[in-house]
Amino acid sequence: MEVVKIENVARVYQIGKVETKALRGVNLSIENGEFTALVGPSGSGKTTLLQMIGCLDQPTTGKVFINNKDVTSLNRNQRADMRRGTIGFIFQFFALIPTLTAYENVEMPLLLNGHAPAERRERIMELLKAVDLTDRANNRPDQLSGGQQQRVAVARALASKPTLILADEPTANLDTTNGQQVMEIMKRLNKETGVTFIFATHDPRVINYASRVVTLQDGLIEKDTQTR
Amino acid sequence: MLQILRMAFRDLGRNRRRSFFSALAVAIGLALLMLLSSVIQGEMGSALESAIQLQSGHIQIQAASYDENKSSLKWEDLVENPDRVASQIAALDQVKAATPRLFSSGFLSTGDESSGVRIYGIDPQSAANDPYRDGIISGSFLTADDREGLLIGQPAALKLHLQAGDKVSLSVNTSNGDVLEQTFIIRGIYTTNTYGFDGSTVFLPLAKAQAITQTENHASTIFILLKDTSLTASVANSIKAPAGLQVKTWEEMNSLITEFETTANSYIGFFYLIILAITVSVIINTLIMSVYERTREIGILAAIGMRGARIMGLFLSESVMLAIGGVLMGLVLGLFSVYLFNIRGFYIGNMGLNGMLISDTIRARLTVDKTISVTIMTFVATILSGLYPAWMASRMEPVEALRAEK
Ligand SMILES: Nc1ncnc2c1ncn2[C@@H]1O[C@H](COP(=O)(O)OP(=O)(O)OP(=O)(O)O)[C@@H](O)[C@H]1O
Ligand SMILES: [Mg+2]
Repeated sequence: MEVVKIENVARVYQIGKVETKALRGVNLSIENGEFTALVGPSGSGKTTLLQMIGCLDQPTTGKVFINNKDVTSLNRNQRADMRRGTIGFIFQFFALIPTLTAYENVEMPLLLNGHAPAERRERIMELLKAVDLTDRANNRPDQLSGGQQQRVAVARALASKPTLILADEPTANLDTTNGQQVMEIMKRLNKETGVTFIFATHDPRVINYASRVVTLQDGLIEKDTQTR
Repeated sequence: MLQILRMAFRDLGRNRRRSFFSALAVAIGLALLMLLSSVIQGEMGSALESAIQLQSGHIQIQAASYDENKSSLKWEDLVENPDRVASQIAALDQVKAATPRLFSSGFLSTGDESSGVRIYGIDPQSAANDPYRDGIISGSFLTADDREGLLIGQPAALKLHLQAGDKVSLSVNTSNGDVLEQTFIIRGIYTTNTYGFDGSTVFLPLAKAQAITQTENHASTIFILLKDTSLTASVANSIKAPAGLQVKTWEEMNSLITEFETTANSYIGFFYLIILAITVSVIINTLIMSVYERTREIGILAAIGMRGARIMGLFLSESVMLAIGGVLMGLVLGLFSVYLFNIRGFYIGNMGLNGMLISDTIRARLTVDKTISVTIMTFVATILSGLYPAWMASRMEPVEALRAEK
């Protein structure tokens, strides 16, 4: 099944009189369960494309479908609801809420989705176990290493069982070992749960994990290769 | 919801010093409002209380044609047989005292100095005259049959260099328009701590006042004190004014004070606004700063699907907590400052406005009503100041917020 469908999407940033065409008509289709890397030089539009898919931003022209639903014309709240229900995010910086513990950070999406306490607890423990952080449940982000924080972010992204997880350079701020660990976890969760991953990256070692590599160049898809 | 409160609470805890100072700003604002309102209340209350006790009483009965400002001594403008009217009223349950008084005016003079005075003919035995009896600071009070004694106030005594036992000449306007002069002995010097009143009021026994003004068996007014101010309306209604007489209540007689209070209140409202505005701007500033600092956090929350309204709720909860903390601190601070203020009182001396009896020492009087109203005011203002920053947070675009540099 098609999780993401991008139809002729363009995104033009206008700052004063200067127009930047970050995307110039991208067509892309992502199937359920894919583990896809978005690559390309800096400024090629990877982040912009992820923002379109993630309903964080809207295209200047073109259409975006998530689970066959046209999300292009949704209003703020509808987009927020869309993200909450179906999309998980992992960012380059370790985007956790600093005042909440690892446990509470993972709990956040579950709370927003109105899950019952017992259900939440079970799910959180399961996720923390999956990212190997059971013993760190009650630590605040500033008491965790970068790799640990990013694993909490992975757990949070997965918490409400989204169909799609978007990761923008998830390993860029991690050393090789931690980067690999995070990628291993993501790959494993992709296999086990079938959740679709799309991640933007520069890192060749990370690209190796991908089953499909989409290369962007100047806001257009230049290459789209199935690696296995 | 609980999570939002928990986050809000921890956010405040994260920047303890800032939260503390914000709450302190709220607290100081509230304390100032409490102090201001209690000082005004104390002042207004005491002005009214003195006016009632010393001048107007709760109710007066006068001849229908009597004009307060003219102090006419014509028989038709006076109450006839005042003792009988007074004793009928004194028999009522709610009445503490009812006594006839005769008002005249004249001059008090010593060898080379003189001073215009208002002359009160009073019944020395009536409880209504206790404030004067208790205010004697030298010499003694009058007796009913004293034919040549009078009481003067402390400011007048100082001005004319008089002491108890001294002789003084008093010129009095009489019923038929003449002026009679007679030498009196100062029996005593009194004070009611009300400069305006004490400086210009001289007391004679009623019988002597009637004799000298030639108003035999007449009085200007029947002065009535009730057991409680709140009984005024009901007693005034139950006294059926005998033919040719009128019943006046303290509200009618103190219109000056009531009017002054209304005007004063609008000025005070202005001060309240200034205090609140300062508090509000401090809070808004702090909260806006905190929204900016947490741009990225807001972006994360938005990205994981928190709706704008909830984000707003998060920030509003913080201002509610600040408001609660600030108000609690403010109540303590306010009570303490009112207490400090009252240890000494604030001596203003002779600052009484013309025609108003203002005590020479201001004391703050904090009423529960006022405390509640200024507390609510401060609380609401603080929460309102949270509105704009919270709205700002809720309108942030997640993309922009996430892009924000760390
Ligand atoms: N908010 C914005 N305003 C103006 N221009 C923008 C904005 N965001 C991105 N751009 C521009 O759009 C183009 C694509 O940016 P984008 O962030 O998508 O690139 P990227 O592929 O993610 O780059 P990198 O690998 O450096 O993260 C760039 O030229 C960038 O300068
Ligand atoms: Mg990027």
